[in-house]
Amino acid sequence: MTSREKILSQVRQNKPVAVPLPENISFATVTAPERLPAFVKSFTGAGGVVGIVSDLASIGRELQVLFDKPERVMNTLPAIGYGLAPDEAIAQGHVLANLEVAVVLGSLGVAENGAIWVSAENIPTRVLPFICEHLVLVLPQSQIVGTMHEAYAVLPKSFPDYGVFIAGPSRTADIEQSLVIGAHGPKRAHVFILEKE
Amino acid sequence: MHNEYIIPTDHATAAEVFLQDEERANWHDKALWFIREKRDVATKQIPDWELLRETASQIKQNVLGNLDNYLEMFEQNALQNGIKVHWAADAAEHNQIVLNIIQQHGIQKLVKSKSMLTEECHLNDYLLENGIDVIDTDLGERVVQLAKEPPSHIVLPCIHKRKEEVGELFHIHLGTEKGASDPAYLTEAARQHLREKFLTSDLAITGVNFAIAETGGFVVCTNEGNADMGAHLAKVHIACMGIEKIIPKAENLGVFLRLLARSATGQPITTYSSHFHRPAKGQEMHLVLVDNGRSVQLGLKDFYNSLKCIRCGACINTCPVYRRSGGHSYHYAISGPIGAILAPNMDMRKNADLPFASTLCGSCTNVCPVKIDIHNQLYKWRQVLGEEGYVPATKKQSMKAMGSLLSNPTLYRIAGKSGRTMMRLLPGLANNKALNPWAKQRDMPAPPKESFRDWYLKNKKQHD
Ligand code: SF4
Repeated sequence: MTSREKILSQVRQNKPVAVPLPENISFATVTAPERLPAFVKSFTGAGGVVGIVSDLASIGRELQVLFDKPERVMNTLPAIGYGLAPDEAIAQGHVLANLEVAVVLGSLGVAENGAIWVSAENIPTRVLPFICEHLVLVLPQSQIVGTMHEAYAVLPKSFPDYGVFIAGPSRTADIEQSLVIGAHGPKRAHVFILEKE
Repeated sequence: MHNEYIIPTDHATAAEVFLQDEERANWHDKALWFIREKRDVATKQIPDWELLRETASQIKQNVLGNLDNYLEMFEQNALQNGIKVHWAADAAEHNQIVLNIIQQHGIQKLVKSKSMLTEECHLNDYLLENGIDVIDTDLGERVVQLAKEPPSHIVLPCIHKRKEEVGELFHIHLGTEKGASDPAYLTEAARQHLREKFLTSDLAITGVNFAIAETGGFVVCTNEGNADMGAHLAKVHIACMGIEKIIPKAENLGVFLRLLARSATGQPITTYSSHFHRPAKGQEMHLVLVDNGRSVQLGLKDFYNSLKCIRCGACINTCPVYRRSGGHSYHYAISGPIGAILAPNMDMRKNADLPFASTLCGSCTNVCPVKIDIHNQLYKWRQVLGEEGYVPATKKQSMKAMGSLLSNPTLYRIAGKSGRTMMRLLPGLANNKALNPWAKQRDMPAPPKESFRDWYLKNKKQHD
């Protein structure tokens, strides 16, 4: 008998009585007018910075102030008009080892915890939002939902090859429980919320 | 880097060693309680907290009752996604599978993010014996790896270490300044040291927090971003999971991700919740499903509930015994209350002391996000161990005494009175180290002149 068969038959024999899977439970949500302030509070609470803008071009102007040289910025959203665009997919994320800033589209935001969904479809290589020193996310305000339950209701059932909820800059408190921002991923995370699409 | 930590024989003896450093023990106690308090604040911000816990517990109940079907469904979908799925009946087979993959690719060096399963299987030692260099990349895990110790906590692996000790380790191994102990400085040093490892490792091992039967994908949660740095920069990604980590549907993640970080550290969510469904172009993705005693635990009606655990660590942070004895005193990969109910299933003889490392206060059960009746299971393990003849004689005596005490109200009253009288007259006796291991290194609190029972009766009379 293979281990697979052995495990499955033992599980079959020993498993407890099945109960139905809880479904369609309604959880309290964050009301529409409260979503933006709740999201801002959560994201800043996690050590991130929030800016609210009316169009992509104004993000470009803000970036220019923050990072004076465009060659420091890898920008995956051409309409922002600042920084260098990656040429198609990047086969080896290693080339980004010294990347300072990455600008990436977030397709969904969650008010209750400040998490932003980044899909592999919107980045030239999976490591991009992790390997940069400073992550700049762009999130349309219309895509902010209340809770994680709503987030999973909206995400495509056939998940992208890879996707990640990002809630702020990387962090650790492993040394004596002292919070340090900037562990292995970005040391700073910025989100620009787009009022209009 | 072999694990050179010598595991003390039993919990009480090890706790004694831990308590000798009173300053550290007090700090440890406070640091963990602080996390427990952060957890409380976070849970209060969710109006549905109790509904979430109940739902999570039900989902897990559904999973365990259908585990074979979900495992098959998961396997089928994962294979379709291009993930290579392996099955391991025990720790040895798990280690063998991982080594085979490593050797097939001719790899000498790999990075690993946190996985309690690989701790349980002692994968690092095994790979080391086979000439493979394993670098733990979670900061806390790297610290204990450099110290040649196992993690002392499932979420906070080096919570037993003071910053000066980390500073000394980093001075020796990473070349930081002698005497430097600032956490931000040390973290930056580790970041640079490990970044080089990420960039030069062709293989990454990660754990799995949840695997979704319906979609054939899995989710890994970290705050540091180390799982992603490792997996995305490697040609081969191996994810290792216990078979109980399956959940039926992606929507169930809504429930679990809301509970996990709030229970663990009081954060509303971990910084990264990464959903892996298909390997990147040119990459290879493996997933190892490990039983290692779980299918046996599944058949124990009093104990299978422990398989609902999502490894948040809340029961550990809140446990008064853990906080004052340290994770290493549990001599098992998973420490604290949850470890104490998982360990006896693995080896009853070796771990017979662990269910006794508890006051049965029930705080663990109160905080558990999946509503495992932890303290009941601890109590039940004591009975089982007693019946199987694995209980030390001193524990047996006090267990018997406790049993008859609780079942006999008159005796309970007498015991209460004489206990207090004895402590008032002979406090030194109650603090006697041989009779009461918890009295070691600290004095018993002054006994109240009146017990609650006496107080209640007196006040009741006044009001009658
Ligand atoms: S038993 Fe419950 S509280 Fe303890 S680690 Fe597991 S899920 Fe968390």
